[in-house]
Amino acid sequence: MPEQPLLSLTGISKSFGPNLVLDAVDFELEAGEVQAILGENGAGKSTLIKILSGAYKPDRGRMFISGVEYRPTGPLDGRRQGIAVIYQELNLAPHLTVEENIMLGQEESRLGLVDRKKNLERIKKVLEFLCHPEISPDIPVRKLSVGARQVVEIARALASQARILVMDEPTSSLSQEDTRRLFEIIRKLRAEGVGIIYISHFLEEVLEIADRFTVLRDGKVVGRGLIKETSVEELIQLMIGRRISELFPRLPHQPGEVILSCSGIKSARMGRPVDLELRRGEILGVAGLVGAGRTEFLRALFGLDRLEAGLVVVSGRKFRPSFTAVSIGSGLGMLSEDRQLEGLAVRMNLADNLTLSRLKPYLRAGFLNARKQKAAASSWIERINIKARSPEQKVWTLSGGNQQKVALARLLHQEAEVFLLDEPTRGIDVMSKAQIYELMGRLAADNKAVIFVSSYLPELLGVADRIAVFHRGQLVEVRPAASWTEASLMRAAITGRESDPVITGERP
Amino acid sequence: MKIAGSGLKKIAGLAGPFVGLILVITIFSLMPEVSDRFLNLANIKSVATQSVIVALCALGMTLIIVSGGIDLSAASNLALSCVLVAYAINLGVPPLLAALVGVAAGGIVGFLNGFLITRLRLVPFIVTLGMMGIARGLAKWVARNQKIDAPLSWLNELMVRTPKPSWLLVSPGIWLMVLFSLVMAVLLRKTVFGRHAFAVGSNELTARLCGVWTDRVKVAVYTISGLLCGLAGVMEFSRLTVGDPTVAMGLELDIIAAVVIGGGSLSGGEGSILGTLVGVFIMAFLRNGCTMMGWPNYFQEIIIGAIIIAAVTLDRLRHRQE
Repeated sequence: MPEQPLLSLTGISKSFGPNLVLDAVDFELEAGEVQAILGENGAGKSTLIKILSGAYKPDRGRMFISGVEYRPTGPLDGRRQGIAVIYQELNLAPHLTVEENIMLGQEESRLGLVDRKKNLERIKKVLEFLCHPEISPDIPVRKLSVGARQVVEIARALASQARILVMDEPTSSLSQEDTRRLFEIIRKLRAEGVGIIYISHFLEEVLEIADRFTVLRDGKVVGRGLIKETSVEELIQLMIGRRISELFPRLPHQPGEVILSCSGIKSARMGRPVDLELRRGEILGVAGLVGAGRTEFLRALFGLDRLEAGLVVVSGRKFRPSFTAVSIGSGLGMLSEDRQLEGLAVRMNLADNLTLSRLKPYLRAGFLNARKQKAAASSWIERINIKARSPEQKVWTLSGGNQQKVALARLLHQEAEVFLLDEPTRGIDVMSKAQIYELMGRLAADNKAVIFVSSYLPELLGVADRIAVFHRGQLVEVRPAASWTEASLMRAAITGRESDPVITGERP
Repeated sequence: MKIAGSGLKKIAGLAGPFVGLILVITIFSLMPEVSDRFLNLANIKSVATQSVIVALCALGMTLIIVSGGIDLSAASNLALSCVLVAYAINLGVPPLLAALVGVAAGGIVGFLNGFLITRLRLVPFIVTLGMMGIARGLAKWVARNQKIDAPLSWLNELMVRTPKPSWLLVSPGIWLMVLFSLVMAVLLRKTVFGRHAFAVGSNELTARLCGVWTDRVKVAVYTISGLLCGLAGVMEFSRLTVGDPTVAMGLELDIIAAVVIGGGSLSGGEGSILGTLVGVFIMAFLRNGCTMMGWPNYFQEIIIGAIIIAAVTLDRLRHRQE
């Protein structure tokens, strides 16, 4: 009988509502190897990790660890059975000490009392193995650097005897030095026979650390192989694939005079100040990896994040964005990327959500006319096709697509001139997506302006007139959409280097 | 059709507290020992008069809870106002002006609450917990740790059971309670400010995204509530005829309980003036009934505690059905 792989997945499928997120995924991991899972935002990587960790249950398919069926009842059970996941946002309790964090849920105890001596022995062994004996078990985790926190998280996984370690974008917030040390640890773990699943957008890093790769696209495995036999180019090609061309309705529109210009906009969460101009009748797409500074730019522009420097001029009105009421007053409107948390007050009804940013038309002698407000909401429900029973329906009872339309209707209702849309089509159905594309086109044709952030390259290329790319907190490049391709956008987003002149036919 | 449906739903939303109130009244009316005295006009008047002080504070607390906050300093604020009114009258200040001093002091305490919450970015629980001690301490300081006697004036007739011009029918305090209930109901339901308060309580991030001046709304909310507590302090002085710095100890919890029994959600975005008034009366009738039955104090406390838990549980269940 041949030796069983450390981990094997067969035919894993998972859907959320009508969206098939994972489609019969097969995957194998050997002991003592580092395997990279690659794919664009939304390719299904996160869902796959969550299934591995036990946070989600697959709809179909089976998983085996060393030949024994693995059916976790939850993340805790997954961890007990030997799979430890280290997420992008580290999962540590900041107020607890290193010792308490590492041993949390697996404390050595005698008669119900914590046996500190035994705990410390185990921790010492693990930290020494990780070449970080200098981390003191007694200091609270919040006092550690990000790199050290990650070591603590890995130490926790090792202390629980994990045989499989999943690392989700482990280097995204690490310095180069910390990254190098992390790689040393990974190599050491590999030598000990731990199987490591490594997920990262940074392909150069993947080429350096991984042995094998698996590429996901639209929930399917589209390629796998040995790292030493591949290249960045091939990986990018696999990630974006040759997609069926989608139909993006294009309404004719002409860029007119400048409506928005920002100079030196920078918040604490952005890497470098941004200068940008936007014309009436123009749609500007913003590309970049998640966390590259796109959202932060929009938020700074709208006055949601504390500004360190910069000025914005909208239709000739100059101001320093710090109060949303002022931004809205000068014609900006913002759609948040997080509908549930920020974009909508989901426990309030549709009419209130839709009109909240402009209640003036419903005032008479200082009193709100609720009937007029509801009538206005009803007309918007019809105009942009929101599927709802009444304007008094609570927003959380609507589907994702319809919620997004409510959020968009709010911007239309407030008569914004410049629309700042952060991931406007994320997590919504195809029909609603098409309607939102059309809406953006109509806005441009109406001489308004749109900036939209998206992680989905085809829609950026299909809808935008110009595309800006962010990388690690900085605006890298802005060019007409026609001069970008999926491959060049992807390369600029991943490497931060301006695109290859050979492909675009122009010098940067 | 649609409008009728939503109207029904609104009534159903209030049904919980109303059913509770009717239940409490029915139970005591059926008790043979008190049935003849409980549901007569004199007793109802007396319960209503007793409710005025809690009700005034609870109106403001409704606004605060709707906007996602809490005010633990309400009762101390009331006591401070009560003491200041007596102090001012003793100084020879005319009664009306003295009353205004009490109301204004309440407003200042409320404003400070709002100011500190928004400027220091502290949670309302902490700021108002601190203010609870500060206001109570100030009250004791002003009163030199004892009751302040003050000469009688027309202020002391605001809370009498049989009002002076008999055409008033009930005490002026009750009329004030009715008046301010109406004002607050309109403020909450019919003005932009009220809508913004709901929005801030429901989801502060969304409110900010929509250009609501969230900090200003909060400061206004606490200030208005403080003014109402100040007014309640004036009523308290009227009832006691002295300025007592230890009055209304622990009353803030009754006030919060009334709002919660009336459908207010401590996570914000929900609550109504009518519901709160029903909550106030549930507690007032319970106390009154228990006292009439000769039941000991601790019995009332147990019942009221149980009712708070039951009310919130029912509220949860109702929401789950939605």
